[in-house]
Amino acid sequence: MSLIEITEVRKSYGATEVLKGINLDVASGEVIAIIGKSGSGKSTLLRCINGLETINRGSISVAGAQLLDDEVHLKALRLKVGMIFQQFNLFPHQTVGGNVMLSQTVVKKTPKPEAEAIARKMLERVGLAHKFDAYPDELSGGQQQRVAIARALAMQPIALLCDEITSALDPELVSEVLAVVRELAAEGMTLLMVTHEMKFARDVCSRVVFMHQGRVHEVGPPEEVFARPQTPELKQFLGLH
Amino acid sequence: MIEFTLWDILRNLLLATRWTVVLSLVSFLGGGIVGLALLFLRISKRKSLRSLAKYYIELFQGTPLLMQLFIAFFGLGLFGIDVPAWLAAGLALVLWTAAFLGEIWRGCVEAVAKGQWEASASLGMGWLQQMRYVILPQAMKVAVPPTVGFSVQVIKGTALTSIIGFVELSKAGTVVTNATFQPFTVYGLVALIYFALCWPLSKSSQILERKLNVAHRNH
Repeated sequence: MSLIEITEVRKSYGATEVLKGINLDVASGEVIAIIGKSGSGKSTLLRCINGLETINRGSISVAGAQLLDDEVHLKALRLKVGMIFQQFNLFPHQTVGGNVMLSQTVVKKTPKPEAEAIARKMLERVGLAHKFDAYPDELSGGQQQRVAIARALAMQPIALLCDEITSALDPELVSEVLAVVRELAAEGMTLLMVTHEMKFARDVCSRVVFMHQGRVHEVGPPEEVFARPQTPELKQFLGLH
Repeated sequence: MIEFTLWDILRNLLLATRWTVVLSLVSFLGGGIVGLALLFLRISKRKSLRSLAKYYIELFQGTPLLMQLFIAFFGLGLFGIDVPAWLAAGLALVLWTAAFLGEIWRGCVEAVAKGQWEASASLGMGWLQQMRYVILPQAMKVAVPPTVGFSVQVIKGTALTSIIGFVELSKAGTVVTNATFQPFTVYGLVALIYFALCWPLSKSSQILERKLNVAHRNH
């Protein structure tokens, strides 16, 4: 059975339909890259999966948890999928450690010492254990993004959604974030990432999804999709003519 | 004719100042509590509650405080309810202050970046948890300078209650003037006392603004 099941999902903003019937099943441990032009609906799809956007039609489930528009179901779903954002979205009034501990203590009611131990372990994992007491504005963009990853991991999700997580970073900081993601992938974490890092997608991902005008236009293993694109749209997107 | 010394005048004004201070504190604290309730209505997920708070705020911001005082004082009297001046003054000022504070604070909550809502939601927090742990701590930082700044308006607003006969600093000024026939001296002192109450608040609002801006330099 698939871990994430996306069935006939449709989403409109007013009269504009941005997702026109998406079907996608993701198996446990898969690393999926979602590529496509801006406006193709790739970010919207990702944000629908954990309910940041409501869908108009179709269904989404993650490990049996259905996406329904009430707080109880949403919470159950969000405990299974973590999300990492382009703009990091760390809590500026909390230290790095506080950022990683907050949702554990508030949402899961984990006792503080235990939450702190988990936070330190997760920060260790992203190479930032020494920044436990620093504030987000004292860190570089790459470090902030790694804290955001640690914060999501501390909730022990079974899948992570990454929404263009390196797009706001200076070029020399991209690799440190991707190295963390690469490690997660190697450890068997299920990942769905919207990305513009084609080389990374080629090296790390098990499948590439090309979206075009609100539809899944082409899907396949990276070697197929990048070497032998089937449609003119994908050829154009990849810069092959 | 009785001679009044400057000290006689000042002493009577200062005694009345107590009521200006008490009324200001009651308005500010009461207005703060009602304002907080309005804030939660104003940003609630239910449209009916949002509209209710919006109409309340528009009504109290769109009419002069003086009219609100008159209505509280005379209006309720029409229904046979005998409202003493202090009650009408306190009630009208609390409701008026609440409307402004609620709206100031709504702006502060909406100034918190949308990404903060999204990040906390995706970590599984419910609405109240988001407010309590993520949004309000950040909004409060923004809210301090305008809130302190508005408290100056509240102090000056209490002067209007003299018209419905509540004896605070302004009313005492009128009474003392009528007894001494020294309007310039008396109202000059009244103005100085208001200034002594308001200026430290204005100043502290400016200092807080600068301080909090410094804390935000890296964002």
